Amino acid sequence: MLTKPDVKPSGEGAGDSAEALVEVADLEVHFGLRGSLLGRFGGKAAGAVKAVDGVNLTLRKGEVLGLVGESGSGKTTLGRTLIGLNKATGGSIRYRGQEISGLGERALRPLRRKLQMVFQDPHASLNPAMDIRTAVGHPLRIHGLVDSEQEYDARVTDALERVGLTPPERYLGKFPADLSGGQKQRAVLARAIIAEPELLVADEPISMLDMSVRAKILQLMLDLKRDLDLTYVYVTHDLASAKFFCDTIAIMYLGRIVEYGPTEQVFADPQHPYTKALLAAIPEPDPRLAVERELPRGEIPDAAAPPLGCAFHPRCPVAVAECGWEARDLRALLERRWLDLPPETSAAEKALLGNFDEPAAPGLGTVSIAPGRSHTAEDVLEYLRRLREEASASDPREPFWRGVVSMHAESGRAVVEFAPPRDPRLDLIPKTGVQVACHLHQHAASAQGT
Amino acid sequence: MSTVTEPMNRTADPVLSVRDLRVWYGTERGPVRAVDGVSFDVRPGETLGLVGESGCGKSTLGRGVLGLTPAAAAVDGDVRLNSKGGAGRNLTELSDREIQQLRGPELGLIFQEPMTRLNPLMRISQHFEEALHTHHKGLPKKEVKARALEALRGMGIPESRYENYPHEFSGGMRQRIMIALALVLRPAFIVADEPTTALDVLVEAQIIRILADLRKNFDTSLVLITHNLGIVAEACDRVAVMYAGHIVEQGDARTVFADPQHPYTKELLRSTISLSTTGLHFIPGSPPDLVQPPEGCRFHPRCPVAMVGCATVEPPEVTLPSGVRSTCWQQAVEVDPSLADELGTGGREPLAAVKEISVADEA
Repeated sequence: MLTKPDVKPSGEGAGDSAEALVEVADLEVHFGLRGSLLGRFGGKAAGAVKAVDGVNLTLRKGEVLGLVGESGSGKTTLGRTLIGLNKATGGSIRYRGQEISGLGERALRPLRRKLQMVFQDPHASLNPAMDIRTAVGHPLRIHGLVDSEQEYDARVTDALERVGLTPPERYLGKFPADLSGGQKQRAVLARAIIAEPELLVADEPISMLDMSVRAKILQLMLDLKRDLDLTYVYVTHDLASAKFFCDTIAIMYLGRIVEYGPTEQVFADPQHPYTKALLAAIPEPDPRLAVERELPRGEIPDAAAPPLGCAFHPRCPVAVAECGWEARDLRALLERRWLDLPPETSAAEKALLGNFDEPAAPGLGTVSIAPGRSHTAEDVLEYLRRLREEASASDPREPFWRGVVSMHAESGRAVVEFAPPRDPRLDLIPKTGVQVACHLHQHAASAQGT
Repeated sequence: MSTVTEPMNRTADPVLSVRDLRVWYGTERGPVRAVDGVSFDVRPGETLGLVGESGCGKSTLGRGVLGLTPAAAAVDGDVRLNSKGGAGRNLTELSDREIQQLRGPELGLIFQEPMTRLNPLMRISQHFEEALHTHHKGLPKKEVKARALEALRGMGIPESRYENYPHEFSGGMRQRIMIALALVLRPAFIVADEPTTALDVLVEAQIIRILADLRKNFDTSLVLITHNLGIVAEACDRVAVMYAGHIVEQGDARTVFADPQHPYTKELLRSTISLSTTGLHFIPGSPPDLVQPPEGCRFHPRCPVAMVGCATVEPPEVTLPSGVRSTCWQQAVEVDPSLADELGTGGREPLAAVKEISVADEA
């Protein structure tokens, strides 16, 4: 793969001196959707969920990288793929220079002890029928790392001590059911470190724990990192803990990284509208610090039919023309409007439009709307023009209309055309080490350049 | 305990008054005192946040108020519902049938996991029809639909989704449908048990806004059970902090969070990881076993400012000048120095070396 100039200087702030442990280039993980048999014969692909869609990043030794996003953003899939638990469908993952994305199970096995995972739910990641001695030491047996029972016990005892389950003798014979949530997560961490890994992917390691234990487990992870020279990938939706815990942070949305850079920089001056929204959504316990907030509407879209252009555009308050406006957005706009109107008014407006299912299809750059019974295309256009007029006076301004390039009548139907979509590239912002994928930023950059 | 009837400069009478509520579960080892003498009021249109670690009795309290405790639980105390349909009756004395009739039109519950609480085989419309038919027999079909759509519209669910099945909605939409289902019967009082725990940050913020708007639009009273202190600070008028079956501090949410009084509230706030966190703090140990709760103040084994007397004498509840009520000897002796006698000679000395608490006691 050729080097891409726009992705190279990743994680600049995290210390260039450290060696790169994992390098990810154009990584794709697509999950095929099963369509109908007929559909496949007809050449109609059932499509794929692009869980990870072109991700580039570099993980340096000793770094803590946070993968942050909502459910469905692909953060967990990316984390799992990094250590070979999911198969990549494209791109490359190099661990210490060695390509691991295409490796089979047999070739991957020796690497697995260096790449470990901590799962979200400590109650589900320990076998209830295995005592702690067996569970924590299991990796030693799998990888054949010990020669005698004495050595086995010594290693298990050592691991338990490291995670604070002391005295270890007290825990060796216990079963997961005897332990509290925090203790289980400690046992899971002991199992993860016993084979002396280099990289630990922790998928929401504290989100299932009680809040009084969360800080303890985070502290333990920091201690382990210091003592054992670990590198972490911390997958989470909790920005507050990520801010405290991570050196570098990658904000993900629908399979892509939208902002990536040193944690301090990203939190001090968030660039992507999505990052700004996430930060504004965190409830603040201290009333003196609480602020009024503007929440983005809607929810994360269906990954099987992602929006055109920038995936965040339907929720973005500052989207511009080329962000990827499409027919679906018109339908969403009208439905939002009708929610706020009295039922009679919205029913009257609905009657203007004929079949309203067409604008629901994904990816339409042009849509033609049939007028309702006893209405003409001109009525529909007039209605839409009126909406645009109203929107231009509203505050904050509705960004949807920026994407509409023309509205005209054609053979008895109203046709709405949208600006052609462009995918935003992940671009480096000079001097900050932060990369952001947003047209607004690229506009600003080109304006400065000329 | 001192009286709990002091008015907190509110005008309206409480819609729900709970006095000395106890919910004990029977186990082989003896009764688990999950809720052990709790008193609070909720006024019309008010949101009360209930916070505390897991195992402090928050959910049990919510269920106990609604009469939804399992068969093995014993409920005692006074839960007065002063709404129109409640008519000042004590809910703990009603028969199953009587309280069942109040659930829906008077009492509502919003569950934690929206994913599992809607019937996957029923359309959204059927959920609403069932709820409305159960409590308003003979309501015309048109009226049912109109009321359902109105409730859904309030939650931002478009009319076109009315005939969809639950799996066709996202988690946040399902939770909004749950809220709409609870609201369609216009109850006077709702318990929301961790309504946003399973949701993402942005969706959580949307739901909190909806809950905060409830009091304006519906005049519904809400008890919001959560472990997220940020949510309470944003969405609640008042807050009650629970520890080991007791309410240890309650008062105006802003006052409590700006200037927490009880050591447990202070420690809880300190151990919360927020955007302003610069160092990790945690409360050592875990909530006590409620079969044999510690003597004296139940928090004393974990309390950083415990005194000798705290280990033996239960603290009284005192009302501070700010209107906040706290159950802690530190504040009690400040408010009324004569109370110090109860602690005995040397009772105010610091409790030397709080026992070393190891991971063995961790939650």
